[in-house]
Amino acid sequence: MINAVGREIPDEILKATGKEPFQGNNYKNGVPFRRMAPIIHPVMDNQHSKLVASIREALEKCHAHSGMTVSFHHHFREGDLIVNMVMKEIHDMGLKNITLAATSLGKAHDALVPMIEDGTITRIEASGVRGKIGEAISNGKLQGLAIMRSHGGRVRSLVTGETKVDIAFIGAPTSDDYGNLRGIGGKTNCGVLSYSHVDGDCAEYVVAITDCLVPFPNFPAHISMTKVDYVCVVDAIGIPEKIATGAAKPTTDQRKLMMAEYCTQVVVNTPYFKDGFSYQTGVGGASIASTISLTKIMQERGVKMGFGVGGLTKPMCDLLDMGLVRVLMDTQAFDLDAVSNVIDPKHHRITAGAYANPFNKGAFVNKLDYVILASLEVDVHFNCNVVVGSDGVITGAQGGHPDTAQGAKCTIVICPLLQGRIPAICTNVTTVTTPGESVDIVVTDYGVAVNPNRHDLLEALKKADCVPLKTIEELRDIAYSIVGEPEPVEFEDRIVGIIEARDGTIMDVVRQVKQTEE
Amino acid sequence: MEISKAAVAGTLESSDCMVTVEPGSGTVELDLESAVMRQFGKQIRKVILETLERLDVTNAKVTVVDKGALDCTIKARVECAVYRSNDVKDKLPWGGAIR
Amino acid sequence: MNPNKKRLRRSMMFLNCQKPGLIKDPYIYSPDSIMLDLEDAVAEREKDAARYSLYHALQEIDYRGVERVVRINGLDTDLWLEDVRCSVAGGCDAIRIPKTETADDVKKVEAAVAAAEEEFGREQGSTLIMAALESAKGVMNAYEICTSSERLFGIALSGGDYTKDLQTTISGTGVELMGARQHMIIAARAAGVQCFDTVYTNLNDMEGFRHDVETIHTMGFDGKSIINPRQIPIVHEIFTPTQKDIIFAEKVVHEIDTKKAQGIGVFTVDGKMIDIAFYDGAKRTLALAKASGVYKGEI
Repeated sequence: MINAVGREIPDEILKATGKEPFQGNNYKNGVPFRRMAPIIHPVMDNQHSKLVASIREALEKCHAHSGMTVSFHHHFREGDLIVNMVMKEIHDMGLKNITLAATSLGKAHDALVPMIEDGTITRIEASGVRGKIGEAISNGKLQGLAIMRSHGGRVRSLVTGETKVDIAFIGAPTSDDYGNLRGIGGKTNCGVLSYSHVDGDCAEYVVAITDCLVPFPNFPAHISMTKVDYVCVVDAIGIPEKIATGAAKPTTDQRKLMMAEYCTQVVVNTPYFKDGFSYQTGVGGASIASTISLTKIMQERGVKMGFGVGGLTKPMCDLLDMGLVRVLMDTQAFDLDAVSNVIDPKHHRITAGAYANPFNKGAFVNKLDYVILASLEVDVHFNCNVVVGSDGVITGAQGGHPDTAQGAKCTIVICPLLQGRIPAICTNVTTVTTPGESVDIVVTDYGVAVNPNRHDLLEALKKADCVPLKTIEELRDIAYSIVGEPEPVEFEDRIVGIIEARDGTIMDVVRQVKQTEE
Repeated sequence: MEISKAAVAGTLESSDCMVTVEPGSGTVELDLESAVMRQFGKQIRKVILETLERLDVTNAKVTVVDKGALDCTIKARVECAVYRSNDVKDKLPWGGAIR
Repeated sequence: MNPNKKRLRRSMMFLNCQKPGLIKDPYIYSPDSIMLDLEDAVAEREKDAARYSLYHALQEIDYRGVERVVRINGLDTDLWLEDVRCSVAGGCDAIRIPKTETADDVKKVEAAVAAAEEEFGREQGSTLIMAALESAKGVMNAYEICTSSERLFGIALSGGDYTKDLQTTISGTGVELMGARQHMIIAARAAGVQCFDTVYTNLNDMEGFRHDVETIHTMGFDGKSIINPRQIPIVHEIFTPTQKDIIFAEKVVHEIDTKKAQGIGVFTVDGKMIDIAFYDGAKRTLALAKASGVYKGEI
């Protein structure tokens, strides 16, 4: 069946998953559902200790078994030690057929590949996968399916009970002996624990893993003891320098600076740029540069931001320090400045659910005016691909891309026209992750394209005469005239992964890549 | 042109390619490795073979490691390796065999 | 005369021919000219490789109207003749001669260029020449160099070698360059050719760069050699007439045209005394504004 972004979703996959094809952004708007209620193991005995001596003991107490689903968060980013530590224990226990439901997986988890090959891990659910696991999935090594869902989509999948987590492991920078958890105060800090809230709410067992046990009560708790079954103290939960680095030096690459300038011009010349506007941006060089140049214009014109949201970086925290934004809503800290800024009373921690779950009674993303995003590929239908490389191999993550893109009134995607010889603007993306109906403006080093559905934005930018406007087809044609038109990548028939839309329908499928001859 | 001795041109930097030519065993034998093989492998192979043909190279072992070079760079590196193999540096046939 | 001789050249950006990543799309930064370098930027053992890259870049990359100048190797090397053949065969717009010291240097290159145009079937005179002055002798001979060839569109100061020859170093204050700059701009104007300033190499000091550009702009230079695209917007900002300049220049031209018809020689525009001596300057401002893309008027 062909879905709303023109992708063929085979009946066999619809049948096997019980899912529907994607039918447009607001297909599930107002459609009622019943929230999943988890099994709880109450703690009434005041002599009960939640402390366990080892991961193994925690697994045993939580009745770990073959076929179970375990979950993790990725606040420790490429410095994470928790996933590998727990999965090694599960592997050593001889358990098989595990579903690994992490919020995201990266190069830090390359060591799991042998566990995929030997059938310990047979299903993966994550925002996406970078590194060797992505290659393993694309090469057909995972027995079951990999399901890639956005941050908001993951929360939906847990609260609807589609994903049933048996044991959630929450790496916590600090914990007391009763499981009050905080993202700060320890030796391996990540600032916030936003992604794990839903695991605390929906998993049958919750195990906190910390390398810094503090006196009770560890308050104000980011995740409450009321959600936590066991606490395990280990030597190290992460590698601090890989979790949050010093703020990235502002880029000096003129190409990125140009794209940042175009992006800023787009923001300040569209109608939502007025006092109280809301804004989210990313960690790429151009995104950070554009926040810096936007700051200057806000100061010049006396325009203040109402709220900033999302994964936060120094330039966003600087806005708070300068009094240029009323509040920051934080789901993830990308640098040390953002981590330490968490204690500011106007810097609020929010859950991934409040941030982006489409099955809430409204999420923060719905209140966004602007979001600045990146993309591996954008096609002439404005569909974006942020998960699968142009060579067909899984190499990225949805993150909050589809959530914020749908939510924001003005969604801006920044990407250089060419990555080496690979055109980023193309006729059809390799795999759709974010539908074109969510994407309003594409900023490249060769010019800016506005989605023709957004006459209003196009008119505003034409009138302002502030950026080189092109059609998306013109951008594609320029790219192809320089590098040549790429051949379509060849895939096997076998489907190895699903790109799930926010609402749980199928946006696209990912197939096994064909081995090249040489 | 004869490939009388081994010669190399180019680098492994992004947007470049490294071309090695060595004496062949009767035919042109091409070993191609590319960062963009799945999307541009056929095109790159075609450009290399056409360039060798223009230079009248019929007997060589050619190894190309491509890092996303454009066609113009691939041609330049192949030509450079072939002329280096012949120690030719002057009075080159610009617009003739090189085009 | 080759119509490109007087074209707009505020920013002339050096690019190493041997780096495919650099030469593939420098036009996105909108420099007025690029200078594809076969000389100092290219390692000795890659001199041959750079030429093949240059030839195919000139032939196959659409530089979208950006002028393509090639800096050839010095006349004291055995490389420059083949550099000229390759550049002309590829169809470059101009050749930059390094270390020019005399009018004869230019004439030598001119002869090679003419021969290459003949050999490769390019229109005679289509390839322009610029001369870089990099020594005290070159600077002293500026005027004879400026008038040495019909193909020569301008001269450029090359500060690094020049200050070495003066037995001093680049200080950042510009003091050591003052004499050469002043002498060269006078010589160029006397000969009716353009004059370009040397590179500013400290990329961490954008304020110093801005000051440097302001200085040479005030001195009358036509543009500056640059080494990084980040420098382009600053040069263009300083060299492009402001809206205020443009409006004033329009008024001056208009008023002089009208008042001349009425037989009035001296009058005021916006409170400033104006006479016929302002006419060419105002016209030049409007031409520069038009070429820079900020003026769409008819004058």
